[in-house]
Amino acid sequence: MGYEAVKESFSGGVFPVRIGKEKEEVFGGENTLPFHKFEGEVPNRPLIAYEIQDVAPEEWPETVRTVYEGVSEDPVKWARHCEEELGARAIALRLVGTHPDGKDLTAEEAVKTVTSVLEAVKAPVIILGSNHVEKDSEVLPRVAEAAKGYNCVIGKAQEANYKTIAAAAMANDHKLIAMSELDINLSKQLNILLTQMGFAKEKLITDPMCSALGYGLEYTYSVMERIRLAALAQNDEVMQPPMLGDVGMYVWKIKEVQAPEEVLPEWGSVEERGILWEALTATSLMLAGAELLIMRHPKAVEMVEKFVDELI
Amino acid sequence: MLVIGEKLSIIAKRVREAMEKREKGPIQEIAKRQAEEGAGMIDANIGPAEDGGEELMEWMVTTIQETVHLPVCLDTTNYGAIEAGLKVHNNDYGVPMINSTSNDPERFSMLELAAKYNCLIIGLTVGKGGLPADEEERAAIAAEIMARAMEYGVPLENLYLDPLVLQIATTQEQAIKVVRAVEMFQQLNEPPMKTVVGLSNISNGCPKHIRPILNKYYFLMLERVGLTAAIADAAEMKEALEEKADFEKVLRGEEIEDREKMVVMKKTIDVIEGNTLYAHSYLEM
Repeated sequence: MGYEAVKESFSGGVFPVRIGKEKEEVFGGENTLPFHKFEGEVPNRPLIAYEIQDVAPEEWPETVRTVYEGVSEDPVKWARHCEEELGARAIALRLVGTHPDGKDLTAEEAVKTVTSVLEAVKAPVIILGSNHVEKDSEVLPRVAEAAKGYNCVIGKAQEANYKTIAAAAMANDHKLIAMSELDINLSKQLNILLTQMGFAKEKLITDPMCSALGYGLEYTYSVMERIRLAALAQNDEVMQPPMLGDVGMYVWKIKEVQAPEEVLPEWGSVEERGILWEALTATSLMLAGAELLIMRHPKAVEMVEKFVDELI
Repeated sequence: MLVIGEKLSIIAKRVREAMEKREKGPIQEIAKRQAEEGAGMIDANIGPAEDGGEELMEWMVTTIQETVHLPVCLDTTNYGAIEAGLKVHNNDYGVPMINSTSNDPERFSMLELAAKYNCLIIGLTVGKGGLPADEEERAAIAAEIMARAMEYGVPLENLYLDPLVLQIATTQEQAIKVVRAVEMFQQLNEPPMKTVVGLSNISNGCPKHIRPILNKYYFLMLERVGLTAAIADAAEMKEALEEKADFEKVLRGEEIEDREKMVVMKKTIDVIEGNTLYAHSYLEM
């Protein structure tokens, strides 16, 4: 008798999410564990979006900031550079300048930035707030309206502000990121609340909150893993949206990507270290189930894409 | 099934104030109501009671037993307070219970009291370290507590093993493990070991309206595997037992007349068994 591999099949699947207007991208859609092509359908590659900002990335560490020198002062140039030079399949525009503790840019200024970036690129755009609960619920509805017709992803809706943000995303036909803080039950609860207000679960993206390698990655990994198993094995519909790994912002602030070689020669090249750190965090989360990743360093993105090439 | 009325707890504001002012009225009223609702024992939780615990427990026991002719479950970590309570306890109304000992050496002395006063005692299956991971860890700790009880001269029939119920909202996977632990504990001895749970902790942190639902059906799941006693809301447990026949049917996959109740039972069973992921709105899905 010949050998026959045991195959696991699941009753549930992940919703495919299609974003963008001129150029569309689809992620999610599989009915099996990440990259288990031998057990089910994995119709789409994970989508990696290049992160850009509405203001110059002064707080980014030098090794990733210098990569965008000459373009990062202007979000339009920056977006074009990512698309045309780096081949970005998607752009994630973070409106960090709207944060009240930072430049405190107004919703009008945010609308201007968003509109000009949308006009400048063909790739789908993910529009992120500054992660300030009140300011986001002021800014995101306005930019969602301005971006109508572009089929963007808006984020992030949290327990404290989901109603206004979800209503705006719904009214303007966008997809929505629902973020909870590393708690699988609260993640499910938020998705239930969103669907109860009429937001289609097929248009959601779950963000269980990211963390960098060495800084609690295993928590994110475990929550993602369990969300995916609930989606597949328990056929839990509110847990079936694809998941986001917001990798760049969590990686590029830790000491391991910044400590200079003069101080810690045994840690090796600071540039290489940062790239590897971002790539490893991203690949780990992809293995846990993330289908949408937001990243910063082009070399890290390149590594992750290569990794996907081999798995898919 | 022995229901130990949980309501006389220092955590409740009204009870705490009555304890502080030594006002018998509210204490006796709550004790009486629980007795009417079917409690066979009254828990008196005075907290750690580091100052004046002895006098407070004495007062609680006599205040309770003045109105209800039931035994008291003495609930504190204060050794002196437990002994003071045992001394004044009227055993004509039943044997008192110590809440509790565990596998933590600091709590072994409670076994001394249980032996000296020949009373019942709860053995919480936790050690000094973290919480037990599953039913097997709980059973291993239970075996150690049993050995310790025998060493101190406490008859095993006086020991009630408590697997420690955890919150379903944060540690869902523990809910079914506790049910399995209650099954396992009984097999540790012949005649079977007695078991007890602090039931309402299952729904701690859940929205108010779903707490009684989780409490009742979790209680029934434990009851059917042979739970001996529960520190719980006596009114809820009474309701639960009235729903027992329906609940058994739903568990077997049969239909019951009240469709709405059937759905609630099914969803709650699925959450307890871990077939669906818990969320505060799990009933609305």
